Amino acid sequence: MTRYESLEDSLGHTPLIGLPKLSPKSKPGAPAVRLWAKLEDRNPTGSIKDRTALAMIEAAEKSGQLKAGATILEPTSGNTGISLAMVAKVRGYKLVCVMPENTSIERTQLLKMWGAEIIYSQPAGGSNEAVRLAKEIAAEHPDWVFLYQYGNPANTLAHYNTTGPEIFADLPEITHFVAGLGTTGTLMGAGKYLREKKPDVQIIAAEPRYGEVVYGLRNLEAGFVPELYDASVLTRRFAVGAEDSVRRVRELLNIEGIFAGISTGAILHAALGIAKECVDAGKGADIAFILCDAGWKYLSTGVYDQDGDVEAIEGQLWA
Amino acid sequence: MSSSVEVRIPTILRPYTKNEKAVSAQGVTLSEVISSLDSNYAGLGERLLENGELRRFINIYVNDEDVRFMGGLSTPLKDGDSVTILPAVAGGCK
Repeated sequence: MTRYESLEDSLGHTPLIGLPKLSPKSKPGAPAVRLWAKLEDRNPTGSIKDRTALAMIEAAEKSGQLKAGATILEPTSGNTGISLAMVAKVRGYKLVCVMPENTSIERTQLLKMWGAEIIYSQPAGGSNEAVRLAKEIAAEHPDWVFLYQYGNPANTLAHYNTTGPEIFADLPEITHFVAGLGTTGTLMGAGKYLREKKPDVQIIAAEPRYGEVVYGLRNLEAGFVPELYDASVLTRRFAVGAEDSVRRVRELLNIEGIFAGISTGAILHAALGIAKECVDAGKGADIAFILCDAGWKYLSTGVYDQDGDVEAIEGQLWA
Repeated sequence: MSSSVEVRIPTILRPYTKNEKAVSAQGVTLSEVISSLDSNYAGLGERLLENGELRRFINIYVNDEDVRFMGGLSTPLKDGDSVTILPAVAGGCK
């Protein structure tokens, strides 16, 4: 069924795409190791965050917290804000986003296009600083609705109810699930669902090793672990450097023709590392990973210039 | 035989390493490497550990993998391994 009553209704049911050329060759006689990308850019505003945004807004409407004409506040450096802005526009809410000042121009343009107001936070500390400032603003405006993706159980539930079941229905033979860490909603929700269906599935987190500015905290006590995070869901966790992430995003484009955003490069790098381990051990594997969004919002960073020097763009990559 | 590894230091801890971004340390486990760091850079160990455990907002990776999902402080190290220390942050694009 590909007919829907509205844009919101078309959420999810994204395709799971094989990577026949990027998947490594098994040793002679050994079972296949296959990589599968879940194309989350095929959501209403082009990212996996549409699932989170719609679920958080619907939960807040149901609980009575979110009433007609209300103002929603959210710290975001892009995708969640863009998703919330679309839903808020359609449902008649106002949206205020707190976003680091140094994010790419496309993200400001998209947020404004859907009518969001932006309050910029200082670049040093990245999203940490946006979260801190948003909490401060939330305390000053008790009438605003603070959805807070890092601690809102509706975020995890969105992936438990949709992303996880979709992957399992398409790939019941799944052996590994690889996704970005971020708010941890995807890994916690889809990870828990997959583990219930297949106790031996490996749940693997990949996070980018950000540029230095993102780690520019005033002190270690200002560090941050999302309230949704439950380490027991994960099997392994990787931090992937900028060079590896950019290389993988370019490979995805050049070898499979898929145009992905930068964070997907970090996820693919971890997935390929797992795939190689499986090949070396002579084991078969079906490794599903999340392609969070397409590359449109990051064109201005220069990441898709094949010869572009990674060091020169590193500062903008994860802003 | 002790292994020699390179340890990458985050900005926030560089005051302890005379602003060096990467330093070398010795040990066959992560725990030994942290002791080696602390003996060369006084006070650094205490910024990483609390009551003998990794601090909540400190993440340590061996060859890009989080040690909390490996052997923790007992994670074995071999010559040439890369150890990266990073503060836990909310990160980039959300």
